[in-house]
Amino acid sequence: MKRTTFALALALAAGFSGSVLAQAKEQFVPANFYWVGPFAPGGSGFGGGIIDYMAMLNARDGGVNGVKLTWDKCETEYNNARGVECYERQKNKGPTGATVIHPLSTGITYSLIEKATADKIPIISMGYGRTDAADGRVFPYVFPLITTYWSQNTAKIKFIGQKEGGMDKLKGKKLVNLYLDGAYGKETIPVLDVQAKKYGFQVTHIAVTYPGNEQQSQWLQIRQIRPDWIILRGWGVMNPTALRMAQRSGFPREKMLGVWWSGAEEDVIPAGDSAKGYYAAAFNLPGTQHPVMKDILKHVYAKGKGEFDDKSRIGSIYHTRGVVAGIITVEAIRTAQAKFGKGKPITGEQMRWGIENLNIDAKRLKELGATDLMQPLKVSCKDHEGGGAVKFMQWDGRKWNVVSGWIESDQSIVRPMVEESAAQYAKEKSITPRDC
Amino acid sequence: MLYREAGQFKSTYAEDQQIFPIRQDRVAVFLLLAVAFLVVPYVANQYWLSAILIPFLIFSLAALGLNILTGYAGQLSLGTAAFMAVGGFMTYNFVLRMAWLGIIPSFILAGICAAAVGIVFGLPSLRIKGFYLAVATLACQFFVLWAIQRIGWFMNYSPSGVITAQTIEILGYAFDTPAKKYLLTLAIVALLALLAKNLMRSETGRAFMAVRDMDVAASVIGIPMMKTKLLAFAISSFYCGIAGALYVFCYLGTVEPEAFTLDLSFRILFMIIIGGVGSILGSFLGAAFIILLPILLSVLTGAFTQATGIEPSHAVLSNLEVIIFGGLIIFFLIVEPHGLARLWQIAKEKLRLWPFPH
Repeated sequence: MKRTTFALALALAAGFSGSVLAQAKEQFVPANFYWVGPFAPGGSGFGGGIIDYMAMLNARDGGVNGVKLTWDKCETEYNNARGVECYERQKNKGPTGATVIHPLSTGITYSLIEKATADKIPIISMGYGRTDAADGRVFPYVFPLITTYWSQNTAKIKFIGQKEGGMDKLKGKKLVNLYLDGAYGKETIPVLDVQAKKYGFQVTHIAVTYPGNEQQSQWLQIRQIRPDWIILRGWGVMNPTALRMAQRSGFPREKMLGVWWSGAEEDVIPAGDSAKGYYAAAFNLPGTQHPVMKDILKHVYAKGKGEFDDKSRIGSIYHTRGVVAGIITVEAIRTAQAKFGKGKPITGEQMRWGIENLNIDAKRLKELGATDLMQPLKVSCKDHEGGGAVKFMQWDGRKWNVVSGWIESDQSIVRPMVEESAAQYAKEKSITPRDC
Repeated sequence: MLYREAGQFKSTYAEDQQIFPIRQDRVAVFLLLAVAFLVVPYVANQYWLSAILIPFLIFSLAALGLNILTGYAGQLSLGTAAFMAVGGFMTYNFVLRMAWLGIIPSFILAGICAAAVGIVFGLPSLRIKGFYLAVATLACQFFVLWAIQRIGWFMNYSPSGVITAQTIEILGYAFDTPAKKYLLTLAIVALLALLAKNLMRSETGRAFMAVRDMDVAASVIGIPMMKTKLLAFAISSFYCGIAGALYVFCYLGTVEPEAFTLDLSFRILFMIIIGGVGSILGSFLGAAFIILLPILLSVLTGAFTQATGIEPSHAVLSNLEVIIFGGLIIFFLIVEPHGLARLWQIAKEKLRLWPFPH
């Protein structure tokens, strides 16, 4: 009995001290994602993408200017409490602590905002999380990069306008916002209401209770409303269910438009034929044709490594989204190194500077081999979002086809709302906004 | 040998009725509390404080609340998370709208609000029992979350339904570091646990247990059914409400109503089933089991891969952790259906005879 306790204690000590022995020329990026539970396809896909990209860089270039990228996985189960535990467990690993954190859950992002700000570790919540954190004056350590939910929503309305033949045609149209009841789902209600007033369409918000596999009454209501368009704001099992219900109710899938968390292969394949014609927004595109994806195949998968046992997931939406997150993370590290010393591991505080001064233009995208995989990105102290444009894809039953160019979001609607909401947060928490 | 009560004579009623009649127990508990209050905040790092000890204490308190209702008064409830939500959201509102109150009175008022909700949803317990009552309390779970999500006032009209806890300040002293938050949580939990222990040894507690064991007999010997059952609901909900307030203010800091789903109610129910139904200690042991074991398993698998160099797919490991956890629950329930607290009691009895059992 004594011996097993001792062995247990040793094992525990090894687990905690393993990081202390790490060499100095390493940059640690925590991999707190989820591989179990109803949202595992998203978590493992995104996590696989970011890890594959870092592994590829280590193999191809030997890291960033000679600094190897390291990571440790931690299972968050898409659960706030476990997410906080993982964050606390990982934040002091590596020679300079955690560089940056990708919570990959709106709930966990909310739980970490204050903790990470106090610990000086930047949060990148790429395409999710707290929208008003785009105001970098109030949220110095939070970066909802590329596009927030609100920006994306204005692009969606523009896309619907295009399909209808002009924004003026939106007048009198009926829209339904079918959302998963929760912080994530509710986030776009105010911005839709503002646009409804501006363009003169009607919008009905219909909530689907968690986890979303029961939608009978909601579709009964939709049949009564007879909307022109349905905006689907689902996650996980709610998406294929909604598509199947649409088919059963005889609602055309060509009039359904999903958020990017409703627009992966995992969301439409289970729905089978009923998903054909459905549109979804995207800030990254799928496929393995981009040079960066080819490099991942060559330097990682060809050597028998890589995160996916199921090779068909390589190049899926979630996978390339993770790769985009990897590109942004590494480019920010590069930017920070250029200022604070090339070939040296950087701290979270320096990383914050790196993200804030990140500028991935079209030329840099080409060098990275990621043209068309993502859009150019320029972050500033005031604007923590950076991009803001969205593409739209349509599912043809086998794959996603891009059906639009980059549609810019309408910052004249979003930015004032972001600033107002951020100002309210600053007032509640008595934060003095930075001067930018 | 060391754990023996020989030579400890009790000459007054007070001595005979104290919480820990054996001196060794008293010393052990005193030492434990002293370590928890004086040593842990200085020794433990931030990870231990804010990711392990604080949630452990908070869930212990919630489990304690449920144990008063289910373990002592015999009323099965699935509304624990809802009572916690009432506590958390009402504290937020009291601090927001009546800042002059101070944080501790806000906690207490929020606890009272939770108690009021508990009384309302405890009314069906006067007519229905057992599993049927559990279903009735389920209504509470859904209704409370529905109300918080739909009525903007509860979350100060935040568009996403998320609230951010204000800073905790008592008489100008800010509880801003994990160590301070830990001390505050520990103080509240220790105080409430002591109160609960004493309450269960009082006339009220005995009435609860009489109702649990046979309510017809209890009413025959003159225990007022309505008052006792509703009191059990009120006290239990008060404890859960305080736990919810601590969950928001000392642990997560920012929460959405979805943090308090039915899933959480079930987890707390499992805590008391595993820890020991009708036992104060059991609430703590059960919370430790449910909260800490998954973390321990994940740390151990991490250490295992580091020590052996074998790296199985992470998805396999994550799923394996869940499987092992489930297996352990079944194992403990088979070995001791009365929970970990009963195992502890048996161990103590054995220890008293050791090393010369008959």
